[in-house]
Amino acid sequence: MTEKTSATVAVTDDSFSDDVLSSSVPVLVDFWATWCGPCKMVAPVLEEIANEKVGALTVAKIDVDANPATARDFQVVSIPTMILFKDGAPVKRIVGAKGKAALLRELADVV
Amino acid sequence: MTSSSTVHDVIVIGSGPAGYTAAIYAARAQLRPLVFEGSQFGGALMTTTEVENYPGFRDGITGPELMDEMREQAMRFGADLRMEDVDAVSLSGPVKSVTVGNETYQARAVILAMGAAARHLGVPGEAALIGMGVSTCATCDGFFFRDQDIAVVGGGDSAMEEATFLTRFARSVTLIHRRDEFRASRIMLDRARANDKIRFLTNTHVTAVEGDPKVSAVRLRNTVTGEESRLAVTGVFVAIGHDPRSELVRDQIDLDPEGYVLVKGRTTSTSVEGVFAAGDLVDHTYRQAITAAGTGCSASIDAERWLAETASATTDDSTDLIGAPL
Repeated sequence: MTEKTSATVAVTDDSFSDDVLSSSVPVLVDFWATWCGPCKMVAPVLEEIANEKVGALTVAKIDVDANPATARDFQVVSIPTMILFKDGAPVKRIVGAKGKAALLRELADVV
Repeated sequence: MTSSSTVHDVIVIGSGPAGYTAAIYAARAQLRPLVFEGSQFGGALMTTTEVENYPGFRDGITGPELMDEMREQAMRFGADLRMEDVDAVSLSGPVKSVTVGNETYQARAVILAMGAAARHLGVPGEAALIGMGVSTCATCDGFFFRDQDIAVVGGGDSAMEEATFLTRFARSVTLIHRRDEFRASRIMLDRARANDKIRFLTNTHVTAVEGDPKVSAVRLRNTVTGEESRLAVTGVFVAIGHDPRSELVRDQIDLDPEGYVLVKGRTTSTSVEGVFAAGDLVDHTYRQAITAAGTGCSASIDAERWLAETASATTDDSTDLIGAPL
């Protein structure tokens, strides 16, 4: 780990089960891709949330282009889509870029 | 509620081509603009593909890249950019205030550049299926419809652009339009017509979107014969235009019946002194990246001149003057 590391965790189709489904803390997974403009809007907001919720919430990012299987498994057909996983199961789905306040409101019941 | 005692010269609200251009000009004029970009910064171009008609980019540039360039350019000259949504404004009087969450910011001039929001069909099934096959962003979501049959709704340039773009992925694209004439430009329409994956369905209304949990069909009605039908598709891309995002200022400045901010003559001055407006928030006619950038520039120059005029007017009764008046 370098010092200037991102607060979010990059996950893949292969690591999804270990990093997300088996996690003991809730994980917010951001399904994104390099070609998606609104994904760029939401990225800095997710960094901030990840920094503020260390220990209570993991924020993970999965590139759907390189990892299509997970997107397919969870029927993601629009990005950005953020799915909150708790105890290995999806408990909340958020579609589209949202501001920080709006995202935190959506996560309030769980985090 | 906290309130800073600093009174800024100018606050810009919005971050499309109009907002960033206003920020660039205001920053270069040493006005140190405070810019509320909103959480969805970058504006309408963030969901477009290639921008082929922005002068200076002869090979084209993607919408997000163009916005990134403008944003960086504004920062380079010292614009203070905040990725926050404005909750309320108070525009009357010599000092305007802008409220963001628990903070209130003050400025002598305000430039409004909130742009326009994508219009929805407003039919049963649409809202519930957003993100499950209903999309307003072809560049974001086209990837998920490889070898599938999908529909694009609309008759303007964005509808043509999206339909053409989506043929890279989809097996077929049905372009559904309520009339048989198109608002799209000739080049965009011709390009879509020449594409053999695109089928045109004109004089047709979408009356409902069906599917659970994902989109499986749209229900249609022919506007001439009244005949109803059902078209099996897994994706519906809606590109039926935009509405100005003027709710924030609705009760404070003059709007036209469609909600666009009214400006005086060829200026960017609104009905309220010290408040200027630019971009798609004002423009029902052109709605291009370049015209938005152009009016953003005008708004900044109008604001700068207005600030200079009012500053010299108020200096006369200032008690802080050092030395004797000339």
